[in-house]
Amino acid sequence: MTDTKHASSVSTEEVLYMSSGSLPSGSQVRDPGYPTPSENYLTNSKGILSWIFTLDHKRIGVMYLVGVTVAFGVAGLLALLIRLHLFQPSGMVFQGEEANNWYNQVFTLHGAIMVFLFIIPSVPAALGNFLVPVMLGAKDVAFPRLNLCSFYLWVFGALFFVSALCASGLDTGWTFYTPYSTTTDSSVILATSGAFILGFSSIFTGLNFIVTINTMRPPGMTWFRMPLFLWATYATSIIQVLATPVLGITLLLLIAERTMHIGIFDPEYNGDPVTFQHFFWFYSHPAVYIMILPAFGIISDLISVHSHKRIFGYRFIAYSSIAIALLGFLVWGHHMFTAGMSSLTTIIFSALTFTVSVPSAIKVFNWLATMYKGSISLTTPMCYALSFIFLFTIGGLTGLHLGTLATDMHLHDTYFVVAHFHYVMVGGTLVAFLGGVFHWWPKMFGRMYSEFGGRLSALLVFAGFNLTFLPQFVLGSRGMPRRYATYDPEFAALHQMSTYGSMLLGFGLLVALTVLLRSVGAFSFLGLARGKRAPANPWGGATLEWQCTSPPPFYNFERAPSVGDPYDFSDLEWEAEDERYVIVEPEREIVPEELPESAPAHAEDSV
Amino acid sequence: MSTIEASPEVGHDEHGHDHDHPPFLAHHFDTPEQQFDSGKLGIWLFLVTEVLFFSGMFCAYAIFRALRPEVFEGCSQFLNTKLGAINTGVLLFSSLTMAWAVRCSQLEQHKGLVGTLAATLSCAMIFLGVKAIEYSHKWAMGLLPAGLFFYDPNNPHPTDHPNYLLFICIPFLIALAGVVIWLVLSLLTANRFHIAIAMPLTVVCLCFFVGVGLGAFLESGEESAEHLDGHADSDGLAGAAIVQSAESNAIAENAAAVAASGAMVPVDESVLEILSTDPTNSGVASGLSALEQQTAAAGTSTITGDGEVLGGITTTEVDVLTPTTAGVFFSIYYCMTGIHAIHILAGIGVLVWLLVRAVRRDFNRQYFGPVDYVGLYWHLVDLIWIYLFPLLYLIR
Amino acid sequence: MSAHAHSDDGHGKDGHDFAHPMSVQTLLAVFFALTFLTVITVAQASFDFGAFEVATVMFIATVKAVLVMAFFMHMIADKPFNAIIFIGSFVFVGLFVIFTLGDSMMTSGSFEPRVEELAPAVAEPMEVQVDGAP
Ligand code: HEM
Ligand SMILES: [Cu+2]
Repeated sequence: MTDTKHASSVSTEEVLYMSSGSLPSGSQVRDPGYPTPSENYLTNSKGILSWIFTLDHKRIGVMYLVGVTVAFGVAGLLALLIRLHLFQPSGMVFQGEEANNWYNQVFTLHGAIMVFLFIIPSVPAALGNFLVPVMLGAKDVAFPRLNLCSFYLWVFGALFFVSALCASGLDTGWTFYTPYSTTTDSSVILATSGAFILGFSSIFTGLNFIVTINTMRPPGMTWFRMPLFLWATYATSIIQVLATPVLGITLLLLIAERTMHIGIFDPEYNGDPVTFQHFFWFYSHPAVYIMILPAFGIISDLISVHSHKRIFGYRFIAYSSIAIALLGFLVWGHHMFTAGMSSLTTIIFSALTFTVSVPSAIKVFNWLATMYKGSISLTTPMCYALSFIFLFTIGGLTGLHLGTLATDMHLHDTYFVVAHFHYVMVGGTLVAFLGGVFHWWPKMFGRMYSEFGGRLSALLVFAGFNLTFLPQFVLGSRGMPRRYATYDPEFAALHQMSTYGSMLLGFGLLVALTVLLRSVGAFSFLGLARGKRAPANPWGGATLEWQCTSPPPFYNFERAPSVGDPYDFSDLEWEAEDERYVIVEPEREIVPEELPESAPAHAEDSV
Repeated sequence: MSTIEASPEVGHDEHGHDHDHPPFLAHHFDTPEQQFDSGKLGIWLFLVTEVLFFSGMFCAYAIFRALRPEVFEGCSQFLNTKLGAINTGVLLFSSLTMAWAVRCSQLEQHKGLVGTLAATLSCAMIFLGVKAIEYSHKWAMGLLPAGLFFYDPNNPHPTDHPNYLLFICIPFLIALAGVVIWLVLSLLTANRFHIAIAMPLTVVCLCFFVGVGLGAFLESGEESAEHLDGHADSDGLAGAAIVQSAESNAIAENAAAVAASGAMVPVDESVLEILSTDPTNSGVASGLSALEQQTAAAGTSTITGDGEVLGGITTTEVDVLTPTTAGVFFSIYYCMTGIHAIHILAGIGVLVWLLVRAVRRDFNRQYFGPVDYVGLYWHLVDLIWIYLFPLLYLIR
Repeated sequence: MSAHAHSDDGHGKDGHDFAHPMSVQTLLAVFFALTFLTVITVAQASFDFGAFEVATVMFIATVKAVLVMAFFMHMIADKPFNAIIFIGSFVFVGLFVIFTLGDSMMTSGSFEPRVEELAPAVAEPMEVQVDGAP
């Protein structure tokens, strides 16, 4: 299974030499070395136009990375504003007549930007674009032009959000519930058009990945040799393709409702707001799995690589991703328990909600089992991965409190919900995203960052995050409702803790950004040296992206790479003098033992 | 079934593929078949998104039909079955020519490909022409989405409205003029490539007006019948359109049944008025105003003092012809058919692109993907219409 | 490209062909079947099938849809995987519509009360209200 490596697939660039120093003697070492500037995807063509019109999935991934970081920065500042305002029971930042309106606008834009512009595209579009073809051993995604088009749709959608902000803001909450959204005079139409466009960006990305994974696999890359990140991306893409169109039509009908009063959602014209909530959550619950599934994928890879141990229960993790994707479509009603659904429907949805937690739990257990007796390196990515497991578990388990009918009656629309979804979205997705960025940063930009700085940032983020959101569970269970600009003074202490936490969290994120930017020389004008050149395989990963240079050449692989088991680390050795992992093979004559499989892998399972 | 055969070339020729890559094969694919399979899977997934996109509207339709079946029955009579049926036929025929176009492209019959694509485009234009008649007619009558609905049964054909048909036709007139100018210029310069494109496109643009003519002809036949009925209806009661059809008996029966099932129970309005002054009782207040609206909408009083009902048909109308009832039906009608029409427009766009490429003879047995993909899209648009037609036009 | 020689077994000179042209007879037969079914749906609208009406109409539409999918959309010659994902999408549509419609039928009546519903609803609390009002 593992040894389908053919000599013919060793790229000419790879250096083959006799082992020396720390490695066992009598063995051969395989390492792709470093790319030349004309191969390096970052430098092979120059000028701003070569980026704007690029069809290279890696460059598109980098552009997404920049884009989502900017969006995250903007929405993050809004979040700090919210927390500052809540420092005092009567509100600290916004004063006067319009204080509550300001508050509503700020939390709405925070939520909408975070959800539509940051979290949903973060892992799949930014990291996914960079990684999916490389991990798969393909030259590019199946539709490179569509891929670029998705990115510009994202930009376009972002512009709509900015214009909504500049027009009269938005104060409906990110959920756009009717009837308020049909009556408020803030820029609902601009914002929903933006979300509509972003939806298509997301659909096209998902579609592209499904096709890429189905048809672009090189010989030897069977379904069960795919890294788990690819399984997770595949599952995510299924949701993106199936759920996002419903958001599209919902928002379109909402726009029609505002302009022509079509009377589908607007009670004034015989419409039913509960119908709107059904439509909205049919997308938005699966959408929370768009956010978390790719994070699961990252964590599966990080845990295994940094524990230097084969992933435990590969197939369980792979299948549970698909199970989550499909079961995720059955539970949307748990957001509407108090909205006036029939009691039968609430019971059904409550029961179904518990089923989704099963595959999530399966993953957590498998990660723990993977770490058990592994040789764990506490690198920066691993620190983030550990913090993910801790935080996601809390977030997921509190989801069960909310999915239980009786308790949700009490907890719905309180800070408990706020804490729950921040634990899964920030503690889960954002932390996994950061872990992924730290893990693949050397591959993306060819530079190592300061390990100390990275670990420090992980620690600060973990501490700051818990300080911010743990008190909110308490606040919520004591009855503090969400989306309020002022509160009863009895809640002041907890709110203040939360505000201090948010500052610490913000600081931690800033440290992370600084560490990463410094490594690529952004602060060289301050005399801060940039990071050391990254070897092809700094962590000892066995997936294909570590078999090409750091950064990868623009063509990824000159010829279809040899595909082995993605979690078999047995032939990887640490080479101390160059601080890198290399593939070590017993010395042997380089003669093809068998002919390469001639049919592409996708041909085998043309079901 | 799919024929996956390992051609001996594959697997050896990845390196230095640039010379033996045919021009239509994108650099990141190994074989034309891989490229075709990818595109095909991609377009099927796109169709999946389209299905889910439309599902929202079908869901809204189902909810409101379940809620107020009588509204749907009553309002469906305003939709002209003949026009709907003609359009169904036109779309089915365009599906045939589209499927034929795919065949032509697979067999490298270039002339046939251009011809079938042009036929598909012409059908699309006829469809839109007929729709233009339907829409403009309804807009003029005030049969609009709930917020804009102003249909007045006493004056079903107000005359003081803009010429909607003209507005719809203007963009198509401009397109026609443009294409004709293009044709003339290319004839003058004797550019055969341009002639080969502009000629079919002229026919295509003309077909929109064929559709308009066809629609106007059928609609006017219907209308005169309607007027006759309206005059015969000496009571001056509302909704001649409902009685207009040949099956008025069945409707009357059904409406009578609705009435019999306890439709009009006497309502003491003064009690309601007292209740509605209580601010906590907003439900009653709105109910009362709704009642007033309905009464107003019914025009000549249909609910007599002692609560007797003047006749089955009228009862249905009272319920049916308000902005919040018929209006919602027409909202759904416009959303569904409107978004469908937008898909037709998009289809026309890609078909024109295909036509140009077909004239250029871009397609061959190894590379017919684009025709196939557009074909699949076009059939989906047809598929949706296959459901829309009976659901909207044929409610008894 | 014109260089490709036509050969009856459908295999051109560079490798095999993956095109499966539909025969003209099939296409025409499907078209006439579809037209015929359309005529039937229109005709059936003149008869009163009562509660079965929607079912009849949807059944005929579905037969038409199957014809279009199988032949015009080449599903019978396509990879089964493509057919599975397309048909699979209807499962999700079903889920969506059934839950939403079911819930809506169990709860919300018309927001604008029907006249006949208004009367009894008012009659009950009237006593209480009138008593307590002065
Ligand atoms: C592990 C299983 C999970 C369960 C059982 C669960 C359950 C719930 C429930 C019942 C609610 C509704 C609470 C209420 O409004 O009263 C809720 C809200 C929410 N959940 Fe989860 N959840 C889970 C995982 C996740 C994940 C992974 C994410 C995102 C990455 C997420 C994001 C959210 C969000 C954003 C909301 C609030 C939406 C809003 O009202 O604005 N949840 N969750
Ligand atoms: Cu949920």
